[in-house]
Amino acid sequence: MKTIEKEKASQHASERQEQFTTVSGEVIKHLYTPEDLSGLDYERDLGDPGEFPYTRGAHPTMYRGKLWTMRQFSGYGTPQETNRRFKFLLEQGQTGLSVAFDLPTLMGIDSDGPLAEGEVGKCGVAVDSLEDMEILFHGIPLDQVTTSMTINAPAAVLLAMYVVVAEKQGVDPAEISGTVQNDILKEFIAQKEWIYPPEPSMRLVVDSIQFCTEHLPRYNSISISGYHIREAGSTALQELAFTLRDGIEYVQWCRRAGMAVDDFAPRLSFFFNSHNDFFEEIAKFRAARRLWAYVMRDHFGAKRERSWMCRFHTQTAGCSLTAQQPVNNIVRSAIQALAAVLGGTNSLHTNSLDEALALPTEEAARIALRTQQILAYESGVPNTVDPLGGSYFVEALTNEMEEGARQYFHKIDAMGGMIGAIERGFPQREIQEASYQYQKAVEKRQKIIVGVNQFVVDNEPPIEVLQIGPEVQEHQVKRLKRLRSRRNNQALQKALSELEEAARSDKNLMPFLIEAVKEYATLGEMCDALKEVFGIYQEPAF
Amino acid sequence: MPGHKIRVLIAKPGLDGHDRGAKVVARALRDAGMEVIYSGLRQTPEKIAQAALQEDVDAVGLSILSGAHMHLFSRLLQLLKENQADDILVFGGGIIPDEDIPKLKAMGVDEIFQPGASTSEIIEFVRGKIAKGVRP
Repeated sequence: MKTIEKEKASQHASERQEQFTTVSGEVIKHLYTPEDLSGLDYERDLGDPGEFPYTRGAHPTMYRGKLWTMRQFSGYGTPQETNRRFKFLLEQGQTGLSVAFDLPTLMGIDSDGPLAEGEVGKCGVAVDSLEDMEILFHGIPLDQVTTSMTINAPAAVLLAMYVVVAEKQGVDPAEISGTVQNDILKEFIAQKEWIYPPEPSMRLVVDSIQFCTEHLPRYNSISISGYHIREAGSTALQELAFTLRDGIEYVQWCRRAGMAVDDFAPRLSFFFNSHNDFFEEIAKFRAARRLWAYVMRDHFGAKRERSWMCRFHTQTAGCSLTAQQPVNNIVRSAIQALAAVLGGTNSLHTNSLDEALALPTEEAARIALRTQQILAYESGVPNTVDPLGGSYFVEALTNEMEEGARQYFHKIDAMGGMIGAIERGFPQREIQEASYQYQKAVEKRQKIIVGVNQFVVDNEPPIEVLQIGPEVQEHQVKRLKRLRSRRNNQALQKALSELEEAARSDKNLMPFLIEAVKEYATLGEMCDALKEVFGIYQEPAF
Repeated sequence: MPGHKIRVLIAKPGLDGHDRGAKVVARALRDAGMEVIYSGLRQTPEKIAQAALQEDVDAVGLSILSGAHMHLFSRLLQLLKENQADDILVFGGGIIPDEDIPKLKAMGVDEIFQPGASTSEIIEFVRGKIAKGVRP
């Protein structure tokens, strides 16, 4: 016995570091054993895939039945240019679309509006009116492709445009499927592209969820997102906890608006980040499914299985990419994508190697998609469901994730929910602190980033990147001018004032937005009409 | 200049809401003993120039991840020049491609820090430049 203990001690002494931690700073033991899983109950904690609590996967057959959707986020320049990129990606075997909008669009500002100068088409595609949306989806039948739209503060407006484009293509809106991000809480917490204060912002979310529930039964009304929380510097645990707590907040608000949980919950979807720390990420995904299932069934009393399921999209971690030796980013994205697949993601975006420098070139975007195709068709990983289920390490980490998230829930509940927590700056400060600690660890080289603080090379040749010039803005502004001069201004003004009036009442705003969209009201005009009633948000200082 | 505390304005121009980097840099400069003013989000170059003058800063750091850097830097530099404040050190960081860096420097930007730059590099740069008397 004594010799064994001695051996163990000497083994420990010879370890490379005093302590091993995840990228989020969680301490990892040298070995996990059956003792770590002593209380584990298969039915209660794991369940077969497709069965409550879905820890092992949302569907019984997972990728044997259907591979994850390969959905590359893209958009830049004019609607014409992005339409070409969409068609290119579909030709390359991509199975769903995902629209990146430029910053003026994300902020509800037209291409000729204040503050749009220099930003048009730069980090996504510029969409000012229904006309742009029609061009964006020209030749892409909306009943045959699923589209995800990353848009939040003005999500209801873009959703209205999408519905009208479908109608104009002769597609019944009940047949369209896809997702609108529509997650304003994580904007207040992390990404900070807000327009209105929290209360009216939540009303817009609830109105659009209600509209989707009634008219777009195959469409995901929201994508409750941890991605941006993580990119802002949170830990994996904070990402999980804040995202699911946001989800709880939306369910509470929808119920308060009179909706029955089983009517809308099946169409709530989620969006997570997949960062570098392989097992921590897998545990996060598995814990998300289990935690959401229990919250929905036991806390909210949902009865439908689909209401219990946490279905999610994953994107590899943009913030993990390096500007140095950018080709190394292909490897990082591949490892992160593998974690997402082993975590049972429903759809996936892999980042391109050049994204620490600019928007991806066509070549870089193709390599990113090929990475997923290699995982799907060459690696053998999709051949069985949840191959890591039962691993001492992965199950122990999954338990820790769930427990840690529940502790955050209690703290946030004590602040009166997520809006109260946001107003106090709680999640914002937690994230800031985590990101600062991480940066310090990197600078002390307690955390190694290959090519950045170790294995550095000097005088790297620059790589070719995509450049968006000022002509995009000129083009958009010219087209807007033409549009403004040929609309039926009387009908337009009527639609806008009815929208404003509806905003002052408690009517659902979606039908009013759809009417304004049909009159070719611009995004900025519609958002400004709502600003008259809702006001604008000012972030408190903290 | 003994006793002079370096004053820096860290600013987020344009519509970009990604403030992780700006906040990390602001805190690191503060921890290094500088006086740091953080502008908050969505400032116009006009407001940033005005704040730089009012606060009498030695340096302005812009954080831009939206691709709008060419426009925003050139506008700020122009405004500082118009106000005879082009002795203020101007640096920046964010998602900025290699090929834009020489163009920005030719315009009058003193330094660009890309992703992966350490806060100690930024601290040393600001201290070094100001000690050398970029500002009279």
